[in-house]
Amino acid sequence: MRNLWLFIGKYNAFFLLIIFFTISLILLVKHNSFQRARVWNSSNQLVGRSYERINEINSYLKLRKTNDSLAAENARLRNQLATSFYSDSIKQVAVRDTTLKQQYTYTVARVINNSVHQKNNYLTINRGSRHGISKGMGVISAKGIVGIIFNVNEDFSTIRSLLHSETKVSANVNGSIGSLVWGEENYDPRFAYLKDIQSHLSIKKGNRVVTSEFSMFPEGTAIGYVTATRTSQGDNSLDIKIKLNTDFSTLEYVYVINNILSAQQLSLEAQNKIE
Amino acid sequence: MGRVILSNSIRFLLLVATQVFLLKNIGYYNLSVPYLYILFILVLPFGISNSLLFLLAFFTGLTIDFYYDSLGLNAAACTIMAFVRIIFINLTVQRDGFDNEPEPRLGIMGFQWFIFYAFILTFCHHFILFTFENFKFSEFGYTLLRILLSTLFTVSLILITEFAFFQKKAR
Repeated sequence: MRNLWLFIGKYNAFFLLIIFFTISLILLVKHNSFQRARVWNSSNQLVGRSYERINEINSYLKLRKTNDSLAAENARLRNQLATSFYSDSIKQVAVRDTTLKQQYTYTVARVINNSVHQKNNYLTINRGSRHGISKGMGVISAKGIVGIIFNVNEDFSTIRSLLHSETKVSANVNGSIGSLVWGEENYDPRFAYLKDIQSHLSIKKGNRVVTSEFSMFPEGTAIGYVTATRTSQGDNSLDIKIKLNTDFSTLEYVYVINNILSAQQLSLEAQNKIE
Repeated sequence: MGRVILSNSIRFLLLVATQVFLLKNIGYYNLSVPYLYILFILVLPFGISNSLLFLLAFFTGLTIDFYYDSLGLNAAACTIMAFVRIIFINLTVQRDGFDNEPEPRLGIMGFQWFIFYAFILTFCHHFILFTFENFKFSEFGYTLLRILLSTLFTVSLILITEFAFFQKKAR
């Protein structure tokens, strides 16, 4: 204690400075509105800024959870879309007062394995037969189509991507229907070709390409847009180069489409073959 | 001792009166504002104790603040100035060489020492005064200009006053 007093006595000028300067500052801030406002404002700003920073970090850490919930919500919303229903108006009078009955249901899935650089590309998703996935279902992303379910086990499924030489999707451009292929002299994951379009049709650059009613996807699902056309060699049709909407290299969440009516359709079509 | 207190009290009254009644109305477009009253703190005797020096500086500043409606502003500047005064005198003056309580005045210390002393202390005072008056770091260049011009104004006033009451003392 004595040493402390000695220390303070030795450097008394400094301690006196602190005491008197503090008193002055307190007076200054307390009794002058401009300075008071500045102090409050800047401290408020400081606090606000720091909260903002912390909040930024927090929201970054929660991104994954947020993504999951958003994707789930999207799937729920897609279930309610008008394109998920088919018109049932014949039965309208007899049975129900609703004209729409659900035809498509969507299941959200996360891509856990992906490839875009092979000749035949497959994706793996974290949904399987337990979640109602079965072979042949269509898969889309938020932007466009992705592929078709290829193999299913209990918890996982593989998708035969659109970037596969065997995958053919019926597509519609300006009302004319062709088949979408990838892998014939084109291995760029951003582009695909639309074949079997009659060459007299006028297809312009920028035209939208969507799925047709003959595909396993809901009619009108986006695929991409036309970037170039050329007449194919040997026959009377156009080869149309399409920029795909889906960015396959950064695919993360996809939706598996279950066509509730496809079983009926397939069994009906199977009868034709037997006869 | 009594004579020292009396002369300092009269000086205090005169300087404060000059400051608040005359110099408060003088200035060059708010750029150059004189604060002559700090001369009182400048020429307090060498022998004064630190605590008394701080107390006097603080209350001098406070007195000016009452007239300027800026409570605490001049007090803060004067407190800093008192601290700088203590450091400056410790560094440049040997205290043993003096008797009968001399003061750091132009006539006693010589022109070169005094102008340096006055300039440093005035600059410190004005620096604190104007930065705290402005109280933000934007417009810092403008504030610095104000500080420098005001320092020049105040120092020249201090020199004029000192020359007017010049008294060459034999040491």
